[in-house]
Amino acid sequence: MGTLMEDVIDWGGEIFGREHMETIKACVQCGKCTGVCPSGRITALRTRKIFQMVQQDMREEIYNSPELWFCSTCYTCYERCPKGVKTTDLIRVIRNVASKDGYMHLQHKMVSLYVIKTGHTVPVNLDVAHMREELSKNVYPIDAIAPTVQRIPGIADKAGYPELADKPEQMEQLRTIFKETGHAKFVGFNWDKMDLDVSDEEMEAAGLKKKA
Amino acid sequence: MGEYLGTYAYFLGCITPNRYPGIEAATKKIFKEFGVETKEMEGAACCPAPGAFGSLDLHTWLPIAARNIAIAEEMDLEIYVTCNGCYGSLQEADHLMKEHPKVKEEANRILGKIGREYKGTSKINHSIVLFHDLIGLDRIKERVKIPMDGVNVAEHYGCHFLKPSEVRGQGSSETPHQIKDLVEAVGAKAVDYKDMLMCCGAGGGVRSYDAYTSLDWTRQKIVNAMNVGADCMVHPCAFCHLQLDRGQSEIAKALGVTNMLPIIFFSQFIGLAMGFNEKEVGLDIQKTKIPDKIRDKFNSG
Repeated sequence: MGTLMEDVIDWGGEIFGREHMETIKACVQCGKCTGVCPSGRITALRTRKIFQMVQQDMREEIYNSPELWFCSTCYTCYERCPKGVKTTDLIRVIRNVASKDGYMHLQHKMVSLYVIKTGHTVPVNLDVAHMREELSKNVYPIDAIAPTVQRIPGIADKAGYPELADKPEQMEQLRTIFKETGHAKFVGFNWDKMDLDVSDEEMEAAGLKKKA
Repeated sequence: MGEYLGTYAYFLGCITPNRYPGIEAATKKIFKEFGVETKEMEGAACCPAPGAFGSLDLHTWLPIAARNIAIAEEMDLEIYVTCNGCYGSLQEADHLMKEHPKVKEEANRILGKIGREYKGTSKINHSIVLFHDLIGLDRIKERVKIPMDGVNVAEHYGCHFLKPSEVRGQGSSETPHQIKDLVEAVGAKAVDYKDMLMCCGAGGGVRSYDAYTSLDWTRQKIVNAMNVGADCMVHPCAFCHLQLDRGQSEIAKALGVTNMLPIIFFSQFIGLAMGFNEKEVGLDIQKTKIPDKIRDKFNSG
């Protein structure tokens, strides 16, 4: 393991190119990012502080900072940075590196869980299928279950549209990607249980109910 | 029915089909009215969310986005989307694979395992750009049956439609004009309000991380629009819609107030001006309702 900055440049460099990531070195702490940040008005997020912490290799401190996760990725600071620091992309990459090192919040693991299980962050449900049925009559013809991955076993039967059954072969393609990149492993997804390896107590502590 | 303008693959994403299908049905309907045909993308998945999923693992985000684009390429069609999140992910992934051959190569190594390939032959269009540039303001003006005069609209552009501007190529992110042009084409007035360009407050995993903070942020946005007498907020993003509509109802409940700002997706707003009532554009099933000013136009007509 190198410095946090090296990790950020390596990991993000493979997606955005190293030059894009190396702009973090140009940050002179002017604070414009922080001045324009809509999140910073109501949370402890100080974007320039995040970049200073990376420059000073304060890995543990960043990993344990709740404010790292209060950026909504609105790109306001990215547009306005006078030094051309690729702020929002850097924040996403710093979060990636933290997640990869095991500092991922359970609320965010749930985002992955839904995609791995259903193909969607927000999957279809019966109420929505019925809503779609109504819209099909009133607005324009749409299927009661959209023809996307929608791996919710049994939902098509329950909704009364067995012909719209989910497509396991499409889901299999997605799961192959999750296995290939190692993502399933780093969120702690257990393929035998088809669920996260977390206890109900941990879920409760994070204020979550098991739903997927 | 207008002259034929083209056929596009509709990348649905998650929120549009699975929470606000009114946006899906109405967008297809209004596109059809203007001669734009829609084809479904069988087996498409989550985009995946650029801020939330992109914050966890960009190395997985990219090949999933590439797979989605590959589906449209196999159909030999360009894509349109009704969510800034979907636009952000697919447009950015497409851009990155075109800019960096190694990124494309790695995505294709993974797609090769599932028998697909990203070639870079499709184009990712935001539906609002197709309305603005392909259909054009003149054709829209010609179809107005119920002019929206007297209706004050607060524009909400969302973030990932415009930014990063160097990648999106939609012009200035500081002085955007697309929603203003469209709502004014149907007779409404776009009213400026404090922090018009502010994010809805849900992105980047903030909503899932801390709903309280996220809703407090949204409350500010809504109050700022209400303070200048906006009758409704018009926007181009299903994800923002979830926060501004459903989120707003949560805020109203928590605060014990009943007055909510109507939130309307842009194609549904255009549909109203074309004379389709709220039920005919699927606006009757959401939390916030159409403004009385608009309902009165239908009742008196």
